[in-house]
Amino acid sequence: MTASVEVPTEPDAPRRRRAGLGTRLVSLVGELLIIAGAVIGLYVVWQLFYTDVIAGKEQEHVLETLDWAYTDPIVAQAQDEDHGPEVIPVGARMPPETAPVMEEPAFTTTFATFYVPRWGTDYVKPISEGVTRTEVLDVLGIGHYPGTGMPGAYGNFAISAHRTTYAKPFNRIAELEKDDALVVQTEEAWYVYRVTDHLIVYPTQVEVIAPKPGDLDAAPDGYYITLTTCHPMYSAAERYVVHGELEYWAPTGIGVPPEILEEIPQP
Amino acid sequence: MIFPFVWRILPGPAWLRVLLIIVLIAAIVAVLFQWVYPWFSVTFDIQDQNVEAVP
Repeated sequence: MTASVEVPTEPDAPRRRRAGLGTRLVSLVGELLIIAGAVIGLYVVWQLFYTDVIAGKEQEHVLETLDWAYTDPIVAQAQDEDHGPEVIPVGARMPPETAPVMEEPAFTTTFATFYVPRWGTDYVKPISEGVTRTEVLDVLGIGHYPGTGMPGAYGNFAISAHRTTYAKPFNRIAELEKDDALVVQTEEAWYVYRVTDHLIVYPTQVEVIAPKPGDLDAAPDGYYITLTTCHPMYSAAERYVVHGELEYWAPTGIGVPPEILEEIPQP
Repeated sequence: MIFPFVWRILPGPAWLRVLLIIVLIAAIVAVLFQWVYPWFSVTFDIQDQNVEAVP
């Protein structure tokens, strides 16, 4: 078709003009279908790859703006054992009962960082207030359910993040094992939680983030952390939930918890 | 129809038209990635969404 348009030779010219309405309609529909296919195909590329790139950049940028956040465990590992960052001495580990609990910050404020040695010593992600997609989860990464406890609270510190796409902060949640460390840092303190159990629930089962996980009406009975994300991967039919309990806390400024430097073999 | 039409209205020799088409496609893809897809994804919520009811 292009050729006949481009090179209107004598015998071709009249034939082109005589192309029937049906032929033209069919070729128009065909072209529209090609365009539609390309647009839909590009959507998949955007969703699976491009959102990772953009959200990853944004989350790195947010980390850089937190001047109190410890962001280089991987550097410590690259150095000699003796030259790594200072480690919080055992004597400075404080029991959960004395943990400082910060005020709940304003919506979209990044107030903490999250470290999970099971996911690599270079895993550092910001935690921000709110769980809406547009403002928090698609951009800032991990979100804190408003109204649930803050880090160190007697109750349940509940956070959520994407498991796939948008830099997928909780991509490897299924690899977490019992007693794995989940470390949270705020401007004032380190909080070291330990995984207790995991479960898979329907999105409507909001009791997993109740002050006492699993019971909406019960009073809090411990210092919990709850991670929620989508299940199965690339779907939102269910939720993958991991619970943990606070083991100890320590003020910032005297070193880092040894847990975040722990080298766990990566798959 | 559409494609021959685009080819016809673009100026210059063939290599310039090819170049212009590449630029045009890149611009369309950029607009889709930057604005159209994010809008579509959030508006129609075909991916995950949190249950907003917080106890």
